[in-house]
Amino acid sequence: MADLSTTVAGVVLPRPALLASGIWGESGASLAAAFRAGAGGVVTKSIGVKPREGYPNPTIEQFGEWGMLNAMGLPNPGIEEYPKEIGQALAAGARVVGSIFGGDADEFAALARKMEATGVHALELNLSCPHAKGYGSEIGQDPQVLAEVVKAVKKATTLPVWAKVTPNTQDTALLAEAAEKAGADAITAINTVRALAIDPVLRRPVLAHGFGGLSGPAIRPIGLACVWKIYERVRIPIVGVGGITTAQDAYEYILAGARALELGTAVATKGINVFREVHEGLGRLLDEAHFATIEEAVGQAHRK
Amino acid sequence: MRTIAPVVEKRWETPSTVTLRFDYAPLARPGQFVMIWLPGDDEVPMSLSYTSEGRKGVTIKAMGETSRHLLQLEPGTRVGLRGPYGNTFDLSPRRLLVVAGGSGGAVVAPGAEEVRRKGGSVTVALGATTAKELLFRERFTAMADGGLEIATDDGTAGHRGYVTDVAARLVKERSFDAVWTCGPEVMMVKLVRSAEEAKVPIFCSVEREMKCGIAMCDACAFGPYHVCSDGPVFSGERLRDIPDFGQFKRDASGRRVRA
Ligand SMILES: Cc1cc2nc3c(=O)[nH]c(=O)nc-3n(C[C@H](O)[C@H](O)[C@H](O)COP(=O)(O)O)c2cc1C
Repeated sequence: MADLSTTVAGVVLPRPALLASGIWGESGASLAAAFRAGAGGVVTKSIGVKPREGYPNPTIEQFGEWGMLNAMGLPNPGIEEYPKEIGQALAAGARVVGSIFGGDADEFAALARKMEATGVHALELNLSCPHAKGYGSEIGQDPQVLAEVVKAVKKATTLPVWAKVTPNTQDTALLAEAAEKAGADAITAINTVRALAIDPVLRRPVLAHGFGGLSGPAIRPIGLACVWKIYERVRIPIVGVGGITTAQDAYEYILAGARALELGTAVATKGINVFREVHEGLGRLLDEAHFATIEEAVGQAHRK
Repeated sequence: MRTIAPVVEKRWETPSTVTLRFDYAPLARPGQFVMIWLPGDDEVPMSLSYTSEGRKGVTIKAMGETSRHLLQLEPGTRVGLRGPYGNTFDLSPRRLLVVAGGSGGAVVAPGAEEVRRKGGSVTVALGATTAKELLFRERFTAMADGGLEIATDDGTAGHRGYVTDVAARLVKERSFDAVWTCGPEVMMVKLVRSAEEAKVPIFCSVEREMKCGIAMCDACAFGPYHVCSDGPVFSGERLRDIPDFGQFKRDASGRRVRA
């Protein structure tokens, strides 16, 4: 079978599909369980400087097979409390990517230092949460602000830095270019797509926060288009996220230019065994196409 | 994926506890819960205290702000419902002991009724702070062919003291195929010990902070499990491997706080 290991900015992953940020990520035991269930690595919940409860419920709305909407509101225990959770994931042998979110470059830099001290293998910057005031895509939609954050984080740490970009913008690749120029080591694309659910009987938005982020199969073609464009315009590795549920979905992202993948919503819809399923199926697809490694298949849909 | 339904019946069970009934079709099994949404307020998990008919029910005790608001709902008020979610009690025991503290009776009652209906024998140990707060006293009396034993903290009914003492005696003196329990976690921790000493399998319905209800957001992380989907019912055997049990839970931010 094809070799499923892959390398993202110096971090060697035994398998390409990682647990996406915000799914099973609040507790170290859950991160460890995801790794043991076959994830190639785990991205933590996005962690901020202080504990944060997130929004009141309802925080999610399900749309059957095709996706779901969430506005959790970045709940997290804060960087002072979180190291013990990461310790549990690392003790299980997992490759851990520490996700952080801040309100400005200084906050990101401070978080990066503290996250590095926990022993994680890389950092992912959440520049893309579509529903948190003053955070996420409110910062990450502006290429200049995004670049400042990346520069500050790069200065603060020696870890590889993955910039997670938003699709809620004119040109996601422009954000990726800005991140690369500022020194980012990889691009994660995409975060959720800003969306809304309304209850027709009650005539009000369903989620307590109103707007939320759409995830799952519905956003897969959007994620693919973003990865495609980013691959054409930057040289650093791309981690593909958005609606990946099957091995074929994963393969399509690789052909579009992704070197590793993250799975979020599929963990809820298919269960944690989705990692094994995707990896087994991906091995077969690579074999059938005579690719001996993932690397060989990356971006192969771009051939003229 | 969400049903808006009016409350069709409301019944005060105790001075602090109310049952709300609504017509909600999805198949539900004893032990499962629904996410009940009070528009403009919050959405909270509630175990179904009535599962068998199309007319489902939840039984709510005044605890936090949202449960207090739920208590004030009158028939006709619309709520949002999704689920049922979670696992169920195994209905196969022939000789069942049910131990319910506080509002825990709401969780174990429908399954115990089912066991009785299938010809099993049901014994109930019911505890509350005071006589007036004993939940489902009549309902449990009707199903408990093996007897209903009562404990109150103030001694206004039955044994004065903890229902765990009553239950510990029962498992020692009589034989049961299973113990089911729901109540304060300290109570369940004690019971797990008593059941293990008596070598009776025990099943506890556990409560944790809940948000998504579909094993995604990790709010209800409980050891390597999620209460919303691997639970809420956990066997004593599995609880042994969950360091959280009786020790800590997580608040809405995910921080560990004492259970
Ligand atoms: C419940 C939920 C919580 C999320 N929390 C975060 C988060 O804290 N940080 C982040 O960068 N992305 C977060 N995301 C976005 C996911 O990491 C991912 O980018 C997105 O869901 C698309 O992937 P999917 O379709 O596989 O779910 C969250 C998504 C969901 C559904």
